[in-house]
Amino acid sequence: MGLKENLHKLKMKYEGKKMAPAFNALHTFLYLPNMITKGGTHIKAADDLKRTMNTVILALVPCLIFGMFNAGFQHYAAINGMPEGMSFFSTAFWNMDNFLLGLVTVLPLVIVSYGVGLAIEFLFAVIKGHEVEEGYLVTGMLVPLIVPVDIPLWMLAVAVAFGVVIGKEVFGGTGMNILNPALTIRAFLFFAYPTWMSGDKVWVHEAVERAGTPDAISGETILGSYAQNSDVMYSLQDMFFGFIPGSVGETSKLLIIIGALFLIFTKVGSWRIILSTLIGALVMGLIFNGVVDAGWIQEGSKFFGLMSVPFWQHLIIGSILFGAVYMATDPVSAAQTNKGKWIYGFLIGFISILIRVFNPAYPEGVFLAILLMNVFAPTIDHYVIQGNINKRKKRLKVKTA
Amino acid sequence: MSKGIKVKRGLDLRLVGEASKELVSTRESNTYVIKPSDFHLVVPKMIVKEGGRLKKGDPIFYAKGNEDLKVLSPVSGTLTKIERGAKRVILRIFIEADAQQEETVYNTVDSSSAKPEEIKKAWLQGGCWPFIMQRPYDVIANQGTTPRDIFISGFSTAPLAADVDFVLQGKEKEVQAALTALSKLTSGKVHVGVNSTSGLFAAMKDIELHQVSGPHPAGNVGTQINKLSPVNKGETVWTIAPQHLAIMGEMLLTGKYNPERIIAFVGSSLENPKYFKTKIGAELDPIIQEIGLKEENVRVINGDVLTGVQTEKQGGHLGFANSVVTVIPEGDDYEFFGWNKPVFDKISTSRALTFSWLNPKKKYELTTNTNGEHRAFVLTGNYEEVFPLDIYPLQTLKACMVKDLDQMEALGMYEVAPEDFALTEFICVSKQPHQQIIREGLDLMYKEIG
Repeated sequence: MGLKENLHKLKMKYEGKKMAPAFNALHTFLYLPNMITKGGTHIKAADDLKRTMNTVILALVPCLIFGMFNAGFQHYAAINGMPEGMSFFSTAFWNMDNFLLGLVTVLPLVIVSYGVGLAIEFLFAVIKGHEVEEGYLVTGMLVPLIVPVDIPLWMLAVAVAFGVVIGKEVFGGTGMNILNPALTIRAFLFFAYPTWMSGDKVWVHEAVERAGTPDAISGETILGSYAQNSDVMYSLQDMFFGFIPGSVGETSKLLIIIGALFLIFTKVGSWRIILSTLIGALVMGLIFNGVVDAGWIQEGSKFFGLMSVPFWQHLIIGSILFGAVYMATDPVSAAQTNKGKWIYGFLIGFISILIRVFNPAYPEGVFLAILLMNVFAPTIDHYVIQGNINKRKKRLKVKTA
Repeated sequence: MSKGIKVKRGLDLRLVGEASKELVSTRESNTYVIKPSDFHLVVPKMIVKEGGRLKKGDPIFYAKGNEDLKVLSPVSGTLTKIERGAKRVILRIFIEADAQQEETVYNTVDSSSAKPEEIKKAWLQGGCWPFIMQRPYDVIANQGTTPRDIFISGFSTAPLAADVDFVLQGKEKEVQAALTALSKLTSGKVHVGVNSTSGLFAAMKDIELHQVSGPHPAGNVGTQINKLSPVNKGETVWTIAPQHLAIMGEMLLTGKYNPERIIAFVGSSLENPKYFKTKIGAELDPIIQEIGLKEENVRVINGDVLTGVQTEKQGGHLGFANSVVTVIPEGDDYEFFGWNKPVFDKISTSRALTFSWLNPKKKYELTTNTNGEHRAFVLTGNYEEVFPLDIYPLQTLKACMVKDLDQMEALGMYEVAPEDFALTEFICVSKQPHQQIIREGLDLMYKEIG
């Protein structure tokens, strides 16, 4: 028990000092603090914010591990050709070569994301004298999963710094931000370095370096193929299992669904938002299918490719599923009332597919849709709450009349 | 019997240490303590100075700004000490009991024929008025108003709560007298919520009985008001905890102030939890010693674990209004990786590697550890699961925190008391002090509007 006592002594020594939040952040990482209730309820439920955030991270770990294997797999597949009809547990995917290549490309992204982000969190906590909040633990995990595998590390570092400072700290830290910090980072990357974040090269390791050489390989995503009305060479099974190019962690729909079920079961993620986002996406997909069926859009139109995708396939291409499960459900930037969550989620799904179809330059709309709805979430809540307020006013009127 | 109330959202907290239905009488206490903090927003003006003599039923102090509102001595004796804190605020008033008990007797009032003014006067001079609370603001009722209705919850769903029928046993006559008198003070009805058709209140007259079912906080009077007839702006309702009705009725019937109470001593730190007959302000130590403590490092609470007030670990005294004294272990220890390892021995409403959902009937021994640090509000939607009132809890709390009076009023602050937010505080992942936030919000509204 020596460690516990020594840490306690250190805590007492640091108490009230400038560096106390930094020390406490590390201390509470090891030990649940010895804090007791003062006034109010004398007992408290077992959950704290660390546990909640940890649950989200647990749900993300399978996606990260799959992403590492997939980074290697896509690289070798682009060179040696894609194996046909793989099952989910195929050794062509789950092998050491794939993993090692993935490890050396993906792990640095994770380290940079956490390193830069947490450094800024600690800095702000020490300057402002509050405890280090846990919000970044999830953001730091999300960021490597939603960037292209070959993104230069300096670019990522700049984006993380921007996203944490402008997206979160200026509003007052975790719980106060308007926009989802991970998506703020993604948006910064997209608008600051558009050539890196879109196009047909960046999604597979070394595709950029090899471009124009005899060894050139393709690095295009399915959405890219659709947007250019070219043929898609991946089977539905590959899309569902995730053996396709894309951002690091968003390709495996199977693992995302497992993560979603885990989040819903633990009551950490809002099933209302996840479900309504998917409904919204399906509805928009159906509308576009209807447009194609009605013959308003002819083959040859630049929108035809994505509009004619069967509506349900929209869920397994691109990152709408990942966005719905891990991004839209961020409780701080989402709508906060239960009714509002239905509206919020539905509009995210709806607008995602809208942007996806009408923006061929960058055919993934989910992050823009979520950021847009983040901005509107307080407005949605306002009107939902106004309903409750009006009910109260009406009650008063009936009484006095 | 009116139509029933079904409460759907809520949470029953099952804890170890329920009192067995066994009643023990205690010997007279040597010292008695009255804490002015038990009377919210009352600034005491002392009637008796240090060293002064008091008979049982003599007033000790009155409320500044309301001379009729008095607090009486539970015992005849000598006022030995007035303990003061910062800015000379009175913290505790000590009374040393005499061997020979003398008593001040007031006029009796026949509640079936008395006028409202006579009843009010009897309860004001007889020290019973502070038992009557009002909403809005959850403060001691203003004797100048006529409430729209009076609400009494005839049972409790709070963790380890005392059984109301057991606590009021043998006091049927007094309770009836108090209920009849109350029915004269309101322009509406006296509503009593009960959870069984055979209890003490089922046989009472001059009341409207309501069958209530569901998890905690179904037994909170605030929940019952919200389901029956919420408080609108401009309206006032009164609420009375059932255990006070015996003292109030006895004052009318005999003119005597009888501060005797049956109190449930509960909690996982006690060897053998049971009921004791004691008095308001009496010493707790002899009783706790008689029951036996399982451990040394405990917290003694006047009231239940959700809404009670922490009192001195040694040398504590019974509070003015509570019917339960809870003793639970202090949790001032570290827990290795307590934030991420699976948890089986604590209650949780999530399933984030917490497993209390596996075994809903299990009883828990919870400590006073906060299980985490204070954070900004992050999660949403979880309070609503345990909050049965037709009010948005998170938004109301935030309105209180930013002192937005218009929004507080619009969101329904006139309807709530801090205890209504006890469960949301218990499950709060960000460990925010909900009851304190609501209390400060209500006090602000009372000052600015009320």
